Amino acid sequence: MAKPRIATTSLCGCFGCHMSLLDIDERILQLAEIVDFDRSPLDDIKHISRRCAVGLIEGGCANEENVEVLREFRRNCDVLVSVGDCATTGGLPALRNMVPLKECLEEAYVHGPSVHNPSGEVPNDEEIPLLLDQVYPAHEVVKIDYHLPGCPPSADTLWEALNALLGGKPLDLPYALIKYD
Amino acid sequence: MSTLLETAVKKICKKLDHDPTRLLDVAHAVQVKYRCVSDEAMDVIARELEIPRVTVESLVSFYAFLSKEKKGRVVIRLCDDVIDRMHGYARIRDAFCEELGIQLGETTPDGNITLERTACIGMSDQAPAALVNDVVVTRMNSDRVREIVRELREHMDPRQLVRTYGRGNNSHELVRSMVRNHIQTDGMVVLSPVNRGEALRKALSISPQEVIREVKTARLRGRGGAGFPCGMKWEFTRAAERDDKIVICNADEGEPGTFKDRVLLTEFPDRVFAGMTIAGYAIGADDGILYLRAEYTYLKAFLEDVLERRRRDGLLGKDVWGMGKGHFDIRIQMGAGAYVCGEETALISSCEGTRGDPKNRPPFPAQHGYLGRPTSVNNVETLCCVTKILEEGAAAFNQHGTQQSSGTKLLSISGDCRSPGVFEVPFGTTLKEVLGLCDGEDAIAVQVGGPSGRMVGPERFDGQICFDDLSTGGSIMVFGPGRDLLSVVHAFLGFFEEESCGYCTPCRVGNVLLREGIERVMAGRADPEDLEQFQALGKAMKAMSRCGLGQTSPNPVLTTLESFPGLYESRVAEDPDGYCRSFDLGEAVALAEELSGRTSAHAHAHADTETTTQREGT
Repeated sequence: MAKPRIATTSLCGCFGCHMSLLDIDERILQLAEIVDFDRSPLDDIKHISRRCAVGLIEGGCANEENVEVLREFRRNCDVLVSVGDCATTGGLPALRNMVPLKECLEEAYVHGPSVHNPSGEVPNDEEIPLLLDQVYPAHEVVKIDYHLPGCPPSADTLWEALNALLGGKPLDLPYALIKYD
Repeated sequence: MSTLLETAVKKICKKLDHDPTRLLDVAHAVQVKYRCVSDEAMDVIARELEIPRVTVESLVSFYAFLSKEKKGRVVIRLCDDVIDRMHGYARIRDAFCEELGIQLGETTPDGNITLERTACIGMSDQAPAALVNDVVVTRMNSDRVREIVRELREHMDPRQLVRTYGRGNNSHELVRSMVRNHIQTDGMVVLSPVNRGEALRKALSISPQEVIREVKTARLRGRGGAGFPCGMKWEFTRAAERDDKIVICNADEGEPGTFKDRVLLTEFPDRVFAGMTIAGYAIGADDGILYLRAEYTYLKAFLEDVLERRRRDGLLGKDVWGMGKGHFDIRIQMGAGAYVCGEETALISSCEGTRGDPKNRPPFPAQHGYLGRPTSVNNVETLCCVTKILEEGAAAFNQHGTQQSSGTKLLSISGDCRSPGVFEVPFGTTLKEVLGLCDGEDAIAVQVGGPSGRMVGPERFDGQICFDDLSTGGSIMVFGPGRDLLSVVHAFLGFFEEESCGYCTPCRVGNVLLREGIERVMAGRADPEDLEQFQALGKAMKAMSRCGLGQTSPNPVLTTLESFPGLYESRVAEDPDGYCRSFDLGEAVALAEELSGRTSAHAHAHADTETTTQREGT
């Protein structure tokens, strides 16, 4: 029987959740035995190649490309999990939601105290995906099956969650893994 | 610092004895004099009353009738509740805007007239209505609006807008209002003719304990909505340790669609005040407060006069109990425009001169209420029942109603019926009978108990008005064929969002989330999960808000989900790809497209082809 496939992505996140996934240390060998990785920053596969059992989403949607990637995951994954606070709530990037987009760009590229930009132009190459009006949590863009809170969720949390999902058991995390104070 | 303002504000503070618990009255007096409570005025008030400045600013920002920005000499407040919307609010608003040349919320350039909207002003039976300063103007149409603006520009005197007076005390020289009573039924109990002084005489001839026993025998329950047994409340208050007990009459009739207290205060003030006096005797209080909502300011002078006459006739004031048993007096505390103040602990906060923030319970007001004093807060109608019970005995009272809900209930009926107004019906009357009384038999839905109550469909019209079935503080809104019930729900949520005091996050945030959710449903962009989300959110709000506002504000959604599931189910759908239908990439990138001058690579045209390729690849 073919191994179940996992895909992961970091949208508007900091890759911290992926680092946390790598923090499962030697258990990654165990993981590699029971799953195959499809699209993921870990293997640099650019698009999902086959139907996946699980998709892990880090980060919310800040630009049009994020939306496209997230939709690709939704179409091709049986179970989609929002991993970490950015995917779940928009997180730190969503702080810009209180500032109009134009002001955000001008502060970042023109008027900011540490900005040196004699041309006064905001980067506008066609390769740069257009920003959305706000940063959206993943579940406001596509249907999300589970949320794993944490910034980042700890390696043990991710490990437990993956095991439960892959083993077809209910996801029941002990309190210690979802308690943050 | 402008010394003129300082002197005037100081004078106002002095008049109220520099009493910080009268801050609301101080701020209101400053508002009336200067049409605002400016930064400077707040500084002076804080200094004079020796309170933190933030307390003053927080109070001014809380109440709708106080403002930091200067208002016009005349403020027109259009009543914008569901019933007024059904009766042409939008046309009236547009006519005012056009004639005044300003938008809602603005003041004319000459500083003369401000146009605002406000929540229900208690005139749903004669909508569309507005407050012009303190003057109530009812049943407007666009022609009348133009005349009103022209007349105001001529004389700037709202009182002159009233051409004909309503019947009864509406034409009293101290009222002179065009408000109509619309009493539609013969009075059985509360609306029966008054036998002034009789109830009080009988009450004083027996002991306070016996008075409480009589009220308990009558099984009188509070008429404001919660239905707490009145006798028990009095017993708790009487048993409380401190001696300085107090009675507060809740006349902050703010539940949209309710106006029965307006009629009681206009036509039966003696019955209300007698009830307060009897309550005072029963619990052992020396004084009482009538908390009157700001929207009913037009009744204030009249009510003060009634109080004065009662003092003159020995029904109030020194030695009212006779035989040197002590005295009892009543003062009127004006509200300043805040729905939440109808909640008893918020009302107590407001009486104490602060923001109308609800308080934690326990301690209950009966132990620790107004300024820490044992307090009994009773509804206007409850107190009228008290008077009647003492006058004619519990047995006569119990003739009406059911075992669990004795007596009668006043209903304020408005909306799609031919005879809106105030009805007195025995508890146990079915909704169907009520609709027959008000000529609204073709109703498709009835909102029982105002926005915080529930929406009832025809399959439940056989339900009874009583505490155990269809419980209501009095508001009955009738919706006829063709009414869009979801837009009613939407309006109710907007109301709660505005009136939430903001203390509890589930209420402050939850009402916004619910409203946004309903907007998605109305736009046909909701997913089936949204409906589950409404249930979960509503449940959390009910469980985790500390006062009745948050505990009831999800009701418009929850009760329509139950009674009218079709409203929702016909407008939600599952997306085949698992995308959220509420999210539109084109809308979300529109601003960036405009700023960058580029067109989105993803939002337009080829989205469908990409989906297909991707699927083929799987």
